Amino acid sequence: MLKESMKMAWSNIIHNKMRSFLTVLGVLIGVSSIIALITIVQGATGSITSQISSLGADKITIQAMGTRLKQGLNENDLVQLSQVNNVSGVSPTVSGKTSFVYDRNVKTGVSVEGKNEVYFKKESDILARGRGVNILDVNNKNSIAVIGSDLAKELFFGTEPVGQKILINGNTVTLVGVLKESSGSILASTNNTVIMPYTSAMKTLGVRNITSVDVYMSDANESESITNDLTTILNSAFNYRENTFSVLNMQNIIDVIGNITGMLTLLLAGIASISLLVGGIGIMNMMLVSVTERTTEIGLRKALGAEPAQIQLQFLIESIFISLFGGILGLILGIIIALSAAVIMDFTFTITAWTIILAVGFSAAVGTIFGLAPARKASRLNPIDALRHV
Amino acid sequence: MSEILNMLDIVKCYFLDAEELVVLNKINLKINEGEFVSILGPSGSGKSTLMNIIGCLDVPTSGKYILANNDVEDLDEKELARIRNREIGFVFQSFQLLQRLTALENVELPMIYAGVSPENRHKRAAEILGRVGLTDKMNNYPNQLSGGQQQRVAIARSVVTEPTILLADEPTGALDQKTGQQIMQLFKELNDEGRTIIMITHDTNIARYSKRIVNILDGCLSEGAVS
Ligand SMILES: Nc1ncnc2c1ncn2[C@@H]1O[C@H](COP(=O)(O)OP(=O)(O)OP(=O)(O)O)[C@@H](O)[C@H]1O
Ligand SMILES: [Mg+2]
Repeated sequence: MLKESMKMAWSNIIHNKMRSFLTVLGVLIGVSSIIALITIVQGATGSITSQISSLGADKITIQAMGTRLKQGLNENDLVQLSQVNNVSGVSPTVSGKTSFVYDRNVKTGVSVEGKNEVYFKKESDILARGRGVNILDVNNKNSIAVIGSDLAKELFFGTEPVGQKILINGNTVTLVGVLKESSGSILASTNNTVIMPYTSAMKTLGVRNITSVDVYMSDANESESITNDLTTILNSAFNYRENTFSVLNMQNIIDVIGNITGMLTLLLAGIASISLLVGGIGIMNMMLVSVTERTTEIGLRKALGAEPAQIQLQFLIESIFISLFGGILGLILGIIIALSAAVIMDFTFTITAWTIILAVGFSAAVGTIFGLAPARKASRLNPIDALRHV
Repeated sequence: MSEILNMLDIVKCYFLDAEELVVLNKINLKINEGEFVSILGPSGSGKSTLMNIIGCLDVPTSGKYILANNDVEDLDEKELARIRNREIGFVFQSFQLLQRLTALENVELPMIYAGVSPENRHKRAAEILGRVGLTDKMNNYPNQLSGGQQQRVAIARSVVTEPTILLADEPTGALDQKTGQQIMQLFKELNDEGRTIIMITHDTNIARYSKRIVNILDGCLSEGAVS
């Protein structure tokens, strides 16, 4: 019987090609916009999250402006921060822009960063050649530096930078290493930077206080308790004054972005669902017309022995066919749109099984829900009234 | 002969605005298996209304109707559908063929609802169409058939499930005399095979083919003479 109903439903769909096509189109637009929007938002979220992760998901950044009496952090504070549970190390960042001289070439506005040995240990594959900053460099305020890849190319085209001596802000500094080209986001690029031991950098740049520290976690899941411990130390360091420091947890930022894009996904899917709803109303409209048109046929089928449930099934299958068809075509179109967007906006395209199930399930549900009323109407027609209807 | 249907004081009224129109007025009718009955009456006398009640397409306003040992009043929609499928074969005044289906598919229709397998449906439908002389027109659509041919397809469809009763409303109404006689000949054969036939007509010449004539006038029945 199911097979018969399918055959009858199919023959009716084929018989009203234009009408069926337009109704399918309604569902198709709804489903494809849902699929495209969800996939695009998810892809964009993924790329934003991975960019932020590349800034260091296992890292908490402290910005400490301090008070008028105590501007920034001192060595003692750094030691205390490094002793917090689940913290594997801290690396202060001292940064500034200064001039740079090599072999009569003068370059101004070069960004110089001061780091310590922890930074080079944690960001293990940052070096292309040579060595990084070690603990002795820090303790002895050695005049050494590691140079960013673009800067190295620009100044030492063809010659090996490692071992060369340059002038940074008037101080002679020996280059000991070259950084790898950083492929990550522009936010984290070190391509045009020179990295020195932070102690030497402070001297060279004339900076007296440490205002930025990266805290490396050994267990990123403990970020919350670590953040609390850090805050306690910083509060006591700055005498519980307000607005003296901030603790920035990358995981928090990723979570917040996840929340925002999650809400965005829901919002967009909600808006797209409205078009699916309109598609559903289109199905209902078409089915109601179909029932009215075929009233005599329904009466005849009933006179020949069709049970109400069989009539209902036939019409229900017809509407489910229409919407499933729209759903599958919409899925394909949605994927094509999302794929193009992925290419244009440069994010990796991924489609989850969940999305496919959503599309197919949603359209089947739309077909059932909006087909039910017309199908019931057909099944309840009185055979004699239906036969007389001409 | 066993009784196939029995109507007791069947009344059918229509209510138009406040006015009550009595179309069937206390009809009593008993028909046995194997009979060939004509219901004869002028236009508007209530013939079609009566046929619809006999065929379980419509329900009486009051009265008792027993069909094949079932009190029709007690049956639900599903059981009524089954009765219409198994016990009754309809031949409608206006053929009522589905224009989108071929002659063969039209004849197959009641067998779909009887749950006959597709192969058997095909075979049976082709057989019956052969019997009414339409072997070469099986794959024609109704609008590719003459009126008489369409009527024969309708008859083939009504007998294909081998129902107990064949109900025909003006089966020759739209046909010329010669074709009408052919159809009557077919009915006679079907009756000789034991099928009960109830035929509605306003034509005394056609009614003559049956074995029993019942007259209906203004909703009242009276037994007529067999010529
Ligand atoms: N649904 C209805 N509502 C109101 N009146 C109706 C309805 N159906 C039939 N009638 C009336 O009932 C009467 C009998 O109608 P019916 O169709 O049974 O006549 P008939 O004997 O078959 O006539 P004909 O030979 O012209 O087919 C008519 O007067 C008609 O107007
Ligand atoms: Mg009539």
